[in-house]
Amino acid sequence: MQKYTFNILMAFLAVALLVLAQYRILDNYIQAVIMFGGINIMMSTSLNLVNGNMGEFTCGHAAFMCVGAYVASILSVLCFGDKFGDPLLPAAASYFVFPVIILLGGAVAAVSSILVALPSFKTRDDYLAIITIAVNYMVISAIENMDFVGGSRGFQGMKDTVWAMVDSTPSWLAGDNDFPWVLLYVILFTAFDVWVIRRFITSTYGKGVNAVCQDETAAEIMSVNTNKIKTVNFMISAGLAGCAGGLFAHVIGYVNPQSFNILKSTEAMVMVYLGGMGSLSGAIISAVVFTFLLEILRSQALIDFLMAPATFVFPDWEPSAGVIKWVMIPLLLVLIMQFRPEGIMGNKELSDVFPKLKKYYTFK
Amino acid sequence: MDFIIQNIINALQWGSFYALIALGYTLVYGVLRLINFAHGDIFMVGAYIAFFVAGFMLGPALGLSPMATFLLAVPLTMFLTACVGVTLERIAYRPLRRKGAHRLYVVITALMCGLILEYSNLAVLGASRLKFPELVHKTIWNMGGVTVTNLKVIVIVAAVAVFVILNFIVTKTKIGMAMRGISYDKFAIPLMGIPIDQIIVFTFILGSGFAGLAGLLFAMSYPVLEPFMGMIIGWKAFIAAVVGGIGDIRGAFYGGFLLGFIEVGVVTVFPSTYRDLFAFTILLIILWMKPTGLFGMPQSTKI
Repeated sequence: MQKYTFNILMAFLAVALLVLAQYRILDNYIQAVIMFGGINIMMSTSLNLVNGNMGEFTCGHAAFMCVGAYVASILSVLCFGDKFGDPLLPAAASYFVFPVIILLGGAVAAVSSILVALPSFKTRDDYLAIITIAVNYMVISAIENMDFVGGSRGFQGMKDTVWAMVDSTPSWLAGDNDFPWVLLYVILFTAFDVWVIRRFITSTYGKGVNAVCQDETAAEIMSVNTNKIKTVNFMISAGLAGCAGGLFAHVIGYVNPQSFNILKSTEAMVMVYLGGMGSLSGAIISAVVFTFLLEILRSQALIDFLMAPATFVFPDWEPSAGVIKWVMIPLLLVLIMQFRPEGIMGNKELSDVFPKLKKYYTFK
Repeated sequence: MDFIIQNIINALQWGSFYALIALGYTLVYGVLRLINFAHGDIFMVGAYIAFFVAGFMLGPALGLSPMATFLLAVPLTMFLTACVGVTLERIAYRPLRRKGAHRLYVVITALMCGLILEYSNLAVLGASRLKFPELVHKTIWNMGGVTVTNLKVIVIVAAVAVFVILNFIVTKTKIGMAMRGISYDKFAIPLMGIPIDQIIVFTFILGSGFAGLAGLLFAMSYPVLEPFMGMIIGWKAFIAAVVGGIGDIRGAFYGGFLLGFIEVGVVTVFPSTYRDLFAFTILLIILWMKPTGLFGMPQSTKI
């Protein structure tokens, strides 16, 4: 029983969040922050697979998020929306079709990552970085030229699915309030994502990934099929990012190709390097910290307080929170790189730092 | 025929900007093995510095004529932008290099420095776009249906001149020899009595100075300044440098012009929204065929 303490705690936390959200103790804003936290965890852990565990340098991760978001949105509108004609499925089916839709988006994103995986057989770090940036631009540009998903105007209608889920909820579950379905699925998918990555890294395949990171030539000689390892790793990473994109689309209810540009990829990279390369728990912690920071720095009062010396000297300068935020976060990261370049955790897991934790959890 | 020649001239101008910025990328990469992602934003800073320099000189304090302003603004902008680049190297990259940090950490620091430059600019100067004053009076020569403005000629000549100067510095002078030496073997060079830090600072002076020149010329050609103007063009110039083979000056030059030709060619045939898609697809194919770029040397690993 002791071994499952941590898992039970996590399950309790999830149930507590759902109950609090349903009885409106957590308002929509806090729910949205929690959901973005989950999506950020998925993004950072999946990018950590490539950038940390495999040692390749990818800076176009948002491309796969974009593919997943669009595929999931189109499927969702096809099944339950009325944008492309009548809904294909009854609204009652929505809450078990929804995860399938998200997973399909992830699957298409995984297939699209072959664009990156194939050149990675021959190319090395900097050249591969370019290829990923190019793929990011290509995906955005391709979607902007598709008129049936609205091009650069963006695409909406995914909220129909969410409403279908809310409307068809059985009365014993929801009572008088709306049941927070999207929050439930974000929590489930985040758990799924962490579980998959953890299982993958600790498997024989994952040892191969580590071998590719340490020394590719030696790994090849020791009969590791590096091309296969790279392909599988890229596909898992991109697939999870695609799932994150699908959830992102359903949380916001609107997707735009420009919201998946290089800046989004940079955000994911910031989270990975803040947490420490190749550390799963580091990626999770840093994603939570990063989401929290973004929301804290959104408050104009805090920014005004921090900028008080500057505004005292220049009285007519009015710093806006949205802009100063993006000066402070990079500044913080630069300072972290100067004084603790290995990030929050470095190459260690939480259980390496606190060995006693091993008694309290198990990942099976 | 006129149409084709006109487009070739436009592509030469567009490629010149890419080539100028790609040269800066390549110089820093060749010496330090560092992708200086802040380079595109240094280009942006150069354009803004040019704006303030020109505004000061044309203003009531000095009241110079536009032509004299242009001639004075070129060295001044290059000097000030080089100062920005060297400051960046001094406060962000050098401590990391001294510690022997992982290469990727330096790259992330560079990315973040670029973001800081963009957003601090946005915070200080606001989101309103600035209008660059006209320095060189525009003269248009018509040659049988082909229009050439004097600005285009200035830009193309500047790019070629910078390429020739850099080629001369790197291949014929002592400091260029030191640069090539550092990129060949970073550990043996200090033992030969070569001051490695000075060489690296000189590299940053060169790269940032030419980025400043590119910023000035860009602001003169497309006279609207905004804080994010360096982002897209910086990424694309970096891609051009890689396609040419990063670390190779010829490669950066030809890669920049290649990218310019591809983009202008796509825009003439297809709708302009397809520009990025086709340009990047072609570049991906080139990299897939030649993984180390057009002029890059394949690296062999000893086992």
